[in-house]
Amino acid sequence: MGLDDIFTASVFASAIRLATPYIFAALGETFAQRSGVLNLGVDGIMLMGAFGGFYAVHLAQTAGVLAEPLGLLIGVLVALIVGGLMGLAMAFVSVTLKAKQGISGIGVYLFGLGLSELLFQQWVGTPKSVAGFPRISFPILTDIPILGEIFFHHNLLVYVAFALVPLSAFVLNRTTFGLMIRAVGQNPEAADAMGVSVTRVRYATTTIGGMLAGLAGASLSIALINLFQQNLTAGQGFIAVALVYFGGWRPLTVAAGAMLFSFVNALQLQIKVIGADIPSEFAVMAPYVITIIALVFATKRQEQPTALTKPYERGE
Amino acid sequence: MNQAAGTRLASWLNRLVDFAPVLIALLLALVVSSVLLVALNVDPLAAFGFMLEGAVGTENATAETLVKATPILFVGIGITIAFRGGMINIGGEGQMIAGALAGTTVALVLGDLRVPAEMAKTPGAFDLIIVTSALIGGFLAGALYGGLAGFLKAYFGVNEILSTIMLNQIAVQMMNFLLNGILLDPAVAGFNNIPKTARLVTAAQLPRLALPLGDPWIFARTRLHWGLIVAIALAIVIYIFLWRTSLGYRIRAVGENERASSYAGIHVKRQMMLSMFLAGGFAGLAGVVQVLGLQYRLQTDGSPAGFTAAAGFNGIVAALFGGLNPIGAIPASAFFGGLLVGAQKMQREIGVPASLITAVNGLIVVFVVSSEIFILQRSKRRVSLQETNTTLNPPDKSGGSDTPLNPPDKSRGRRDSRAQEAG
Repeated sequence: MGLDDIFTASVFASAIRLATPYIFAALGETFAQRSGVLNLGVDGIMLMGAFGGFYAVHLAQTAGVLAEPLGLLIGVLVALIVGGLMGLAMAFVSVTLKAKQGISGIGVYLFGLGLSELLFQQWVGTPKSVAGFPRISFPILTDIPILGEIFFHHNLLVYVAFALVPLSAFVLNRTTFGLMIRAVGQNPEAADAMGVSVTRVRYATTTIGGMLAGLAGASLSIALINLFQQNLTAGQGFIAVALVYFGGWRPLTVAAGAMLFSFVNALQLQIKVIGADIPSEFAVMAPYVITIIALVFATKRQEQPTALTKPYERGE
Repeated sequence: MNQAAGTRLASWLNRLVDFAPVLIALLLALVVSSVLLVALNVDPLAAFGFMLEGAVGTENATAETLVKATPILFVGIGITIAFRGGMINIGGEGQMIAGALAGTTVALVLGDLRVPAEMAKTPGAFDLIIVTSALIGGFLAGALYGGLAGFLKAYFGVNEILSTIMLNQIAVQMMNFLLNGILLDPAVAGFNNIPKTARLVTAAQLPRLALPLGDPWIFARTRLHWGLIVAIALAIVIYIFLWRTSLGYRIRAVGENERASSYAGIHVKRQMMLSMFLAGGFAGLAGVVQVLGLQYRLQTDGSPAGFTAAAGFNGIVAALFGGLNPIGAIPASAFFGGLLVGAQKMQREIGVPASLITAVNGLIVVFVVSSEIFILQRSKRRVSLQETNTTLNPPDKSGGSDTPLNPPDKSRGRRDSRAQEAG
């Protein structure tokens, strides 16, 4: 067994696929955190989005009234709405009610974890799979050896996720909205004095973050795994939050971190598959160990938004 | 005389209002879960009735409630210390596992030893040594695991929320590895896939607990064990530690205002590590007590909450619900223990999944921290009131210690915890 068995094209391809939920969730969280809101409930929102999307598609497909692409689209829509609503709730709690964000986020997580399981057991019962987003075959490109498998044979949501990376960077760095987000997160007093509504910006970013978290969940339940079960995300939302710190609150590096993390994950899956002489538990824990080590090195050099986790109070 | 009575009445009323966040949270959670149940076509009154019956309806139900409450209380005490010290410790799950692994190993190793000759005359002496060593081992392992996150925060600026979450996952894998490997019960070795240790010898078990009232004694036929008493005793000890010792004061000072504490000459980094060390230690105790008092072996289904039953998370809820006060954590833990046990009854009787409780717990957390804003506004008013008549009521220099004779002052908790920042 050599390195050729481990670093196969399919490992790279699955690394790209596995990165999808992390990229969605971490980009959304980047928006929220750049404006000063730490949303620690991402994992719970992902679970609700995953269930919402799954359930919509499940209903559409069992009823059989909708064409398949339309059903999937509705699934995505439901996930966005459910996620957006939970993001809105988080915004209300942390911006309007000024609750401590680290702790209220844990509340949102537990709520999403419990409710998604409750609804699943009540409405669906046993794990069922749905026909999720199919893989896209591009003419010519998909047939390129190795590269075709790695880059050109994924489902739609994978490409949407990667397309969102430069888009988010553009929005944050080159648009007025992005400037407002950064101002509110860096110096809310000054932003307020300039006439920017701190409240409105934070509501917007946290809601966007929630929508993307919902989409991240749906990318699991209707595009990558194509089923729902209790605690489907298994803590991926928390990893996404860590990736935002790790990536220094910049979309490109955050996405790079997501790639690195999912690559390690894909490797550990591959190591399991080929039955290498490494206890599988160590393979599973490797990405978490690496995240901690990465955080040790990442935290020192990067600047976090000054107002992160601090509710804004107008001076009197 | 009259004036004194009036003041006392006013302070009692104040205190009642200070319970507001918890009461508001409870009320809102009740309303939202009722709405949920109605949406699921379930009569909320019937559901709550079954929950109440399941939680305290019989002697055994009450005992099970307290059995469930015990690890939650241990974790809750630890979380209280951490949150008071400004450290958002989400690592209760991992710290429980670390404690259980170490404590069980100690209990297994010592349990295999022959009783030393000089102790053979006093029955129980060696048992006490085994159990105490296992508890200490569990405490230390959990403490080191929690302290690691404190260390990373203090010296490398690694956000403790994130590091503790990662450490939870690592601990689960480590447990699965050890329980399938060197700690695997020799009796089931070879069968694979049953991750559990050998059963502890009787000498290494925490004794069952019964109250000498009536015949047979109350709880004599239940699984209630001495872990509950240990937890309650330690809650009182930690209350005294936090509000009556200078070390406890320093921990709270750092939690309230890191910069001011630093200017006042407090070694902030050391307090951060200490509060995480203690928090982890208590979670570790929760883990080892589950083994020594209840399961008599460490076993898991391999899932993240397979061993802990999510007590590491529920302890956070209980700590908040108890007003970040170790004494308050006692009734809070009993309440959540009752919720969990009652929910099982509800699930059996009317088929509402017990995961409802996880959702309700989340709501309670959100509501408790959200309603702090009302307390904050009140305390602001109170401060301005104090400023006007400082000569009558000199401000409390010690940073607001509750006198042990008075019930815990909830507003203090709310105000203190305001100062904590997650980042």
